[in-house]
Amino acid sequence: MTLAAADVTANYYLVLAALLFTVGAIGLLVRRNVLVMFMCVELMLNAANLTFVTFARELDDVGGQAIVFFTLVVAAAEVAVGLGIIVAIFRRRRGATADDLHILKG
Amino acid sequence: MSSSDLLDLLWLVPALPLAGAVTLMLFGKRIREPIAGWVATALVGLSFVWTVVMFLALRDVEPRAHETIIWKLVPAGGFDVQLGFLADPLSITFALFVTGVATLIHLFSIGYMHGDERFSRFFAYLNLFVAAMLVLVLGNGFLITFLGWEGVGVCSYLLVSFWFERPAAAIAGKKAFVTTRVGDFGFMLAMFLIFEKLRTLDYAALDRAATLSTGTATAIALLLFLGAVGKSAQFPLHVWLPDAMEGPTPVSALIHAATMVTAGVFIVARAHPFFEHSGTAMTVVAWIGAGTALLAGTIALVQPDIKRVLAYSTISQLGYMFLALGVGAYAAAIFMVITHAFYKGTLFLGAGSVIHGSGDTQDLRTMGGLRKYLPLTAGGFIVAWLAIAGMPPFSGFWSKDEILASAFSAHDYGVWVVGVAAALLTGLYMTREVFLVFFGNERFRAERASEAREEDDITASPTVAFGDAPSPARLDHDPHESPRTMTTAILFLGALAVVAGVLNLPFRSLEFLTEWLEPVFEDVPEIHPNSFVGGFALSTLSVTMGLIGILVALSLYRQGLRRPDEDPGLARLGFAGRLFGHAYHFDESIARLVAGPVTRFSDWLDRTVDSRVIDGAVNGIGGLFGSLGGGLRRAQTGLVRNYALGVVLGAAGLLLFMLVRG
Repeated sequence: MTLAAADVTANYYLVLAALLFTVGAIGLLVRRNVLVMFMCVELMLNAANLTFVTFARELDDVGGQAIVFFTLVVAAAEVAVGLGIIVAIFRRRRGATADDLHILKG
Repeated sequence: MSSSDLLDLLWLVPALPLAGAVTLMLFGKRIREPIAGWVATALVGLSFVWTVVMFLALRDVEPRAHETIIWKLVPAGGFDVQLGFLADPLSITFALFVTGVATLIHLFSIGYMHGDERFSRFFAYLNLFVAAMLVLVLGNGFLITFLGWEGVGVCSYLLVSFWFERPAAAIAGKKAFVTTRVGDFGFMLAMFLIFEKLRTLDYAALDRAATLSTGTATAIALLLFLGAVGKSAQFPLHVWLPDAMEGPTPVSALIHAATMVTAGVFIVARAHPFFEHSGTAMTVVAWIGAGTALLAGTIALVQPDIKRVLAYSTISQLGYMFLALGVGAYAAAIFMVITHAFYKGTLFLGAGSVIHGSGDTQDLRTMGGLRKYLPLTAGGFIVAWLAIAGMPPFSGFWSKDEILASAFSAHDYGVWVVGVAAALLTGLYMTREVFLVFFGNERFRAERASEAREEDDITASPTVAFGDAPSPARLDHDPHESPRTMTTAILFLGALAVVAGVLNLPFRSLEFLTEWLEPVFEDVPEIHPNSFVGGFALSTLSVTMGLIGILVALSLYRQGLRRPDEDPGLARLGFAGRLFGHAYHFDESIARLVAGPVTRFSDWLDRTVDSRVIDGAVNGIGGLFGSLGGGLRRAQTGLVRNYALGVVLGAAGLLLFMLVRG
């Protein structure tokens, strides 16, 4: 059985996006490796992007697609800064476990 | 130019001396002696000339009052503070004698302050003093008057402690400032009350004073009078004036004759509708005045310092003025302000000349026989002595007589008796001073040449308090007459002290001053002796009392003193003499009160209210937020994943909220 394009409704995309977001959020909370946590954040961002384009298509509004570009730009910038910080942390303390970095404890 | 256009330029009167003060303060270092003195004198002189122009212009306008608004200082809703001046007979009269006498005192100071290292600074302060006094009398409302009122307070502080190298002078300046501030509080509270009731502070609203309840009028009048008591050194706020003798002598002359102490008389005369509306306030004014006249007169009897006698004499004479105000004889009080300005100015400048000429000593006990060496000074001084003692036909006779006659005719026999008694005291203490300084044996020569010294240690105060040993005689040469600038001022003021009586002779058509002031006091019933014979009898009585005083003092002091430490008057008075000498221990009592109960009460306040209640509240609030922060600190774990959990839970919460709200 092949799925016709018409059978794939917007709900499929939205559910997929919700799943992706949940995976990202849970990953962010349970993993300790900073790099993995970083990837989870990317996952969440892209889940949001998926939602945006879905609605852009559904509502026939180009605004949703436009926002995706902005999100990508922000994500790229974030990656640049975030990776820079991670590299710096690796240099100082060989290995990066998020829980080790708690010197800002109140 | 019409007269009222001219009167719009009234602001020039205070502006001229103010300009002098500003110039001398900015460029004082470059303007050297004696130019600074001449600049200051010329500006005050110009101010006097301009006041005369204003006086002539005012005679042409009907009604006799002209108000000019210079600019709005503070437009605040329904309350405008306008910088404005009021020309009416009362303000112009004050401005005339203030600028006139001040010009002569400036002239005198050029000689007196010769060689002082802060010469131009001194004249800057003098000019500022005159400007402040002129703002005080020419202001168009209580607020502008208050500006000048505080201005003279500041200037008195600056000038009394002008020789601040002397600790005594610095303390005396502080004392003058703080004591008069007590009175200023009364003035301020009175202003609040007036604004609350009349919604304005302009003098134009004084007509409406009669619409107030008697209680309010009494409160306003008494609070204003408290201000007057402070400025005019009446009991119980008189303590600053004798100590103010630490200032240079021209300053004493300025304070006593022209500026400062007459401010109290002015404000009571200006605000007389409040006083007239309240019988209680009038009685208080009359009795405080009479009591002060008597008490200060007795204190003056035995003081050993040439300037302190004059200081207590001023307090006593001011008491007369308040006595006159209290019985409703306003014109008489202002007449006395003017004659007093002339004769007290002469006496102070004369005292300055004596001090200047006899080696900076102020001790009456080591003077004597000086008329030979300072003939011009002696002439002025003797004339002023006869005037203050109330001898006809000198000016003091006419003014004092009018006051006593008014008190008698107003049926205030109590204050009249006290006033007559004070007249006797005036004769006594002034004669003592004149004879100890200018007549009798010469006591100023040092016995050995080695004891002679002209220059004092500048930190030592020349003031001689009662009970001090006589300061050693220390001249090895004859005392010298003062330079011409000084003697000119003395003789000029002395001449005025002789003739000023013609301003207000007690004959129907010759009461020039009373007639001139009529528009200001038209709401006040006039007081006249019942008959000419009655008036004559009263005059004879007061002159006789003055003469008795003079003759008693003559019999005691004609020969001078046998030994400097033997005062025959003091010996006769015994215990009372010591009481008078210590000014009824008034200062000591205050000092003891402050050192004892007041300090203990303050300590108690410090321990309970301050450290428990106030500090407790402040520290409590600090502690509360400290512990709150300590608790919240635990939330900051430093672990990124905890924060992420917070963000996620927060987002989930928001989402849930939106779902529930629909």
